[in-house]
Amino acid sequence: MRNALVSAENLQLTLKTDFSSEEQALTIKHSSGNEEKPIVFPSYLKEMLESNKESLKLEAMKRIVGLIAKGKNASELFPAVVKNVASKNIELKKLVYVYLVRYAEEQQDLALLSISTFQRALKDPNQLIRASALRVLSSIRVPIIVPIMMLAIKEAATDLSPYVRKTAAHAIQKLYSLDPDQKEHLIEVIEKLLKDKSTLVAGSVVMAFEEVCPDRIDLIHKNYRKLCNLLVDVEEWGQVVIIHMLTRYARTQFVSPWREDAMFDENNEKAFYDSEEERKVEQTRPYIMDPDHRLLLRNTKPLLQSRNTAVVMAVSQLYWHLAPKHELSIITKSLVRLLRSHREVQYVVLQNIATMSIQRKGMFEPFMKSFYVRSTDATHIKTLKLEILTNLANEANISTILREFQTYVKSQDKAFAAATIQAIGRCATNISEVTDTCLNGLVLLLSNRDETVVAESVVVIKKLLQTQPSQHSDIIKHMAKLFDNITVPMARASILWLMGEYCEHVPKIAPDVLRKMAKTFTNEEDIVKLQIVNLAAKLYLTNSKQTKLLTQYILNLGKYDQNYDIRDRTRFIRQLIVPNEKSGALSKYARRILMAPKPAPVLQSAFKDRDRFQLGTLSHTLNSQASGYLELSDWPAVAPDQSVRNVEVVEPAGAPALRKSKTAKSNEKRLLLIIMTKYILIHIVLSISTQFFVNCMCSLLHLCVFLACQFDAVSWHVHVSLQASSPVFVPETSHELLHRMTGKGLSAQYRFTRQPCIYGNSMVSLQLTLSNSSDQALENIHISEKSSTGQNIHRFNAIERLEPQASVTVSMGVDFNDSTQAANFQLCTKEDEFSVSIQPAVGELLLPITMSEADFTKEQGKLMGMNESSATITMKPENVSSQSVNRKVVSVANIGVIPSSQENIYRFAGKTVSSGSLVLVSVALKDPDAVITINTEKTVIGSMLLRQFKTALTNSGP
Amino acid sequence: MIHSLFLVNASGDIFLEKHWKSVVSRSVCDYFFEALERATEPENVPPVIPTPHHFLINVLRHRIYFVAVIQSEVPPLFVIEFLHRVVDTFQDYFGVCSEAAIKDNVVVVYELLEEMLDNGFPLATESNILKELIKPPTILRTVVNTITGSTNVGEQLPTGQLSVVPWRRTGVKYTNNEAYFDVVEEIDAIIDKSGSTITAEIQGVIDACVKLTGMPDLTLSFMNPRLLDDVSFHPCVRFKRWEAERILSFIPPDGNFRLLSYHVSSQNLVAIPVYVKHNISFREGSSQGRFELTLGPKQTMGKAVESVLVSSQLPRGVLNANLSPSQGTYTFDPVTKLLSWDVGKINPQKLPSLKGSVSLQTGASKPDENPTINIQFKIQQLAISGLKVNRLDMYGEKYKPFKGIKYMTKAGKFQVRT
Repeated sequence: MRNALVSAENLQLTLKTDFSSEEQALTIKHSSGNEEKPIVFPSYLKEMLESNKESLKLEAMKRIVGLIAKGKNASELFPAVVKNVASKNIELKKLVYVYLVRYAEEQQDLALLSISTFQRALKDPNQLIRASALRVLSSIRVPIIVPIMMLAIKEAATDLSPYVRKTAAHAIQKLYSLDPDQKEHLIEVIEKLLKDKSTLVAGSVVMAFEEVCPDRIDLIHKNYRKLCNLLVDVEEWGQVVIIHMLTRYARTQFVSPWREDAMFDENNEKAFYDSEEERKVEQTRPYIMDPDHRLLLRNTKPLLQSRNTAVVMAVSQLYWHLAPKHELSIITKSLVRLLRSHREVQYVVLQNIATMSIQRKGMFEPFMKSFYVRSTDATHIKTLKLEILTNLANEANISTILREFQTYVKSQDKAFAAATIQAIGRCATNISEVTDTCLNGLVLLLSNRDETVVAESVVVIKKLLQTQPSQHSDIIKHMAKLFDNITVPMARASILWLMGEYCEHVPKIAPDVLRKMAKTFTNEEDIVKLQIVNLAAKLYLTNSKQTKLLTQYILNLGKYDQNYDIRDRTRFIRQLIVPNEKSGALSKYARRILMAPKPAPVLQSAFKDRDRFQLGTLSHTLNSQASGYLELSDWPAVAPDQSVRNVEVVEPAGAPALRKSKTAKSNEKRLLLIIMTKYILIHIVLSISTQFFVNCMCSLLHLCVFLACQFDAVSWHVHVSLQASSPVFVPETSHELLHRMTGKGLSAQYRFTRQPCIYGNSMVSLQLTLSNSSDQALENIHISEKSSTGQNIHRFNAIERLEPQASVTVSMGVDFNDSTQAANFQLCTKEDEFSVSIQPAVGELLLPITMSEADFTKEQGKLMGMNESSATITMKPENVSSQSVNRKVVSVANIGVIPSSQENIYRFAGKTVSSGSLVLVSVALKDPDAVITINTEKTVIGSMLLRQFKTALTNSGP
Repeated sequence: MIHSLFLVNASGDIFLEKHWKSVVSRSVCDYFFEALERATEPENVPPVIPTPHHFLINVLRHRIYFVAVIQSEVPPLFVIEFLHRVVDTFQDYFGVCSEAAIKDNVVVVYELLEEMLDNGFPLATESNILKELIKPPTILRTVVNTITGSTNVGEQLPTGQLSVVPWRRTGVKYTNNEAYFDVVEEIDAIIDKSGSTITAEIQGVIDACVKLTGMPDLTLSFMNPRLLDDVSFHPCVRFKRWEAERILSFIPPDGNFRLLSYHVSSQNLVAIPVYVKHNISFREGSSQGRFELTLGPKQTMGKAVESVLVSSQLPRGVLNANLSPSQGTYTFDPVTKLLSWDVGKINPQKLPSLKGSVSLQTGASKPDENPTINIQFKIQQLAISGLKVNRLDMYGEKYKPFKGIKYMTKAGKFQVRT
């Protein structure tokens, strides 16, 4: 029925020619709760997304999110969805964000279209909008926007709102996982955020610290006390992260509060309990705890009362790893309280208690009854409780525990019953007083009806008997009697081994058992067969009279067994025990080899070596090192300098450096411009609806205007120290500005001096030669005040009078804003006005700089990707010499030569005059080709320069 | 931290997935399904499952597995606690946390998950803040939204996340100002064959429903605060004040919340309010077994024991049960072998009993163990530990609130071994 409805609905939706949009919406609403949408309908979803109705769009998005939730692929709709990123409707916007974050990675080019929206939102006066923009921007895993993310993070890190700073801390990890090369810069941001005093930020930034640079413990020093003091007020998730980090920190900075001889000595538990006082007397060098160490312990203690189990566990592990032993008891109660929580919480907490209880029985002994097993517990909980009870067992409480175990053995859960038998075995070996009781109890279990219980008992009895075999021949006899009824191979093998090992105690029974086994040999499991061979050999050595023939029969059977292990063993045994001429000296020792006294197995906890992992960690739970696990270091023998944690200056929190943020802002805009120009093509190619295209163009325009306004106010800070240098080469060629015919006798020529302009840092300096070729003197030559274009021009002082045939040279400065757009202005005389324009060559918009080769490569590394443009050209043979390459390059552009250690690579560096962006040029010769690479943020300049270098280097001539 | 989340239903289908970082293929859940197959009971699936590249941490609630995918070291409790918080939030939003409810509200679920984690790190888990960000769906709102086309997402951006009191929103207004506190205690006990207590503990909570205008500052004091030596608080409680004066002082969150939970473990303090007389025996060789059960009240401080429900997992060899209850009704499921007896209220004059015979499979041997009996009950107006609230005061606001305190005792994991 439902299927019929669905398919009917599908029909409607695909045909849907005669439905109005309202009707459609209704239909869709009707079906939105439907689970089985078999087909994705990109076509109609797309139409809904492109409609003008907000409600339709929203409905479409809801359906798309439904598809994503089910793991269906909805990436086809990306272009249609991304358009709605700037929607006013908050819910729609949020759903688009969800979609973007999910699919941006797959649709990188298209995802870039959304960036400008986030960029705008990053400037929003509302802190929550800023934060959410940063959140989404940083969640889009598109490598090309790494620089934009970096800038956004840096800016957000100085935001006034702590919430935005918190988001910035989150973004650090995202950027780090996207591009680990940014590590150094990110550490700077982390360092800054660590100083933050807001409780909102603390947890997130420590998280970022743990992810990005957990080894930079030096960053913590100054913030240690602050973090300790803030801890109580930090939100619970942050607390967990901070506590784990501080545990690691403390282990590197403080000396051990544990007395050396009592340290982690699990067998020496007695020594620990009754000698606390004596030790204190004995101790020669009194231990004084570092006040910072004490501060940490004091400030984390209240968190044991947290409702969040993860926090309680974190504090417990902190105490376990850092607190003096006698203060440990306070965590017990809290941990036991956690056992009331959900099954999964119990599981993890019990595991940690199991590890603790091995070393410190005393801690949990008073709470022993909390670990009693209930029939409703899950099996893994039961086994953990059993483990703990076994660890807690001592002379005083063993009778109670054994009584409890008796109930468990009868449990319907047989796996659990088997585990209990193992536990009884462990108690019996650990506490010698009850060994006999336990053995008797286990022997009683041998008559149990359940096979697993019996088998487990046999195995455990075997282990126990090994410790004191002589007194227990009756038990061995009893087991021999039971042998026929036991079918579990492991148990049979165990009994056989016991027979063989202690055949001297049961001289009458053992040969008989061997006789029985000879009959059934071929039907036994492999481990049983091995033990039969073993038993035969041992009996042969002790009682060869009775068993010689039997042994030979068994050895013959074993010789032709299917399993090669058994064949091998048989051959080995035969050579060892049966004396013949070939067997060497070894058979003399056969008895000593086979009947050597064997050490009793040590029954110990599975949690014994778990303490190599920090408690409360995933690695501890799994008992294997998880990726990203940070080793807890040992206490230092001598405490490192304490004074590193002293904080002298109290900086006012959260005052953003205005100048800096402005720089960042403009950088960002510039980057954006580059992206937009690059990807505007995509917009067109993809033939997305025109309306959207217009939108994009608008935003681009908006940006350009913004840029133009911003440039004059901004100064650029370059990270590397860049030294301006004098130009390598100054071309003599001058260009015509005004011909004497158009200038009514006045002619003007300009030349680029390639010197830093004295009128302004961002201006290009020009030399203007004015000559009067008319027959009258010209008066008041000046540049008109009203300049036609946006450029900032420093005018020369008006020339009052220029005699006929005379000429005068003046200098002026023009700020070209790093563009090759011509500067238009009016050159005026007393009578006339002439419109003139100066078109700069792109190479003249630069100033040379020097830097070391290392700096060059470093900077070049930062300007990769779309900031790099390169071309391969074929060089004329006459241009190949280093001199000519240098000459050609510097004549095209005003850049400095960087000394190069490699022979075939020439490097040049300059910066753009007005913004100071680096322009790095390298020419690598690979006979006969040459690769020209230009790295600059100003991609437009880069590509123009590249073109000019190409022509210059391919052309012959000077 | 948390990479992805998969929701798996009882039949082993993934019905929702959410990724906070790069997409992790759902095939990673195959390892979980393997573990699920190996487990005999749904509860026996290990909470942490390692796979070659990821770690799966799962919690089971309301017959739904919430499987989180982790890539590197993280405290497992951190993830488990968070997953439970997610379930609590769903329950809070949709009333029930079931597969159907999640599927019906998939968009709200997605919006919630988006707000709760950023890049796998918890962001907003406080229900007060979430409710401001995303309004819970109610029938009225669904109707209104359908007609007007408005949305569930709050138009106002929440302020709570930014304030110093992150658990309370500002500008709360009520016409009736009320504050109700429920002291609920659960007894966990194991009683042995002979009726003596092996272990008994009390787990208590104080749940509050506070609907007060403005920013009230409450103090709650107890007659016998000494009982509370093992407590955990809602973050709103001022810990220092508790340490010094044993008074709970707090600015309450708006609405329902758990103020406090505590644990009373010293055995002599725990009174056991019911006793069970049982006679369950199976004879060797006979296919019949005897089954007798009688319940009675003890140490109830004169209060009635209500809503009593007895359940017991009978041994596998039991074929059927033929019993007659003196009151209430009983059922026996021959497949799961679960016997449950809905007793109702215990009348001290006429003790409820369940008597009859159980039939064993012919040829099956006598079960080794007698079944454990689980008992549930409720006692109104009594906190079995004796905890009593002294007074509740409000500062910071002018109006007089209506105050109410309710006590209740329940059975937690209350087991009788036979």
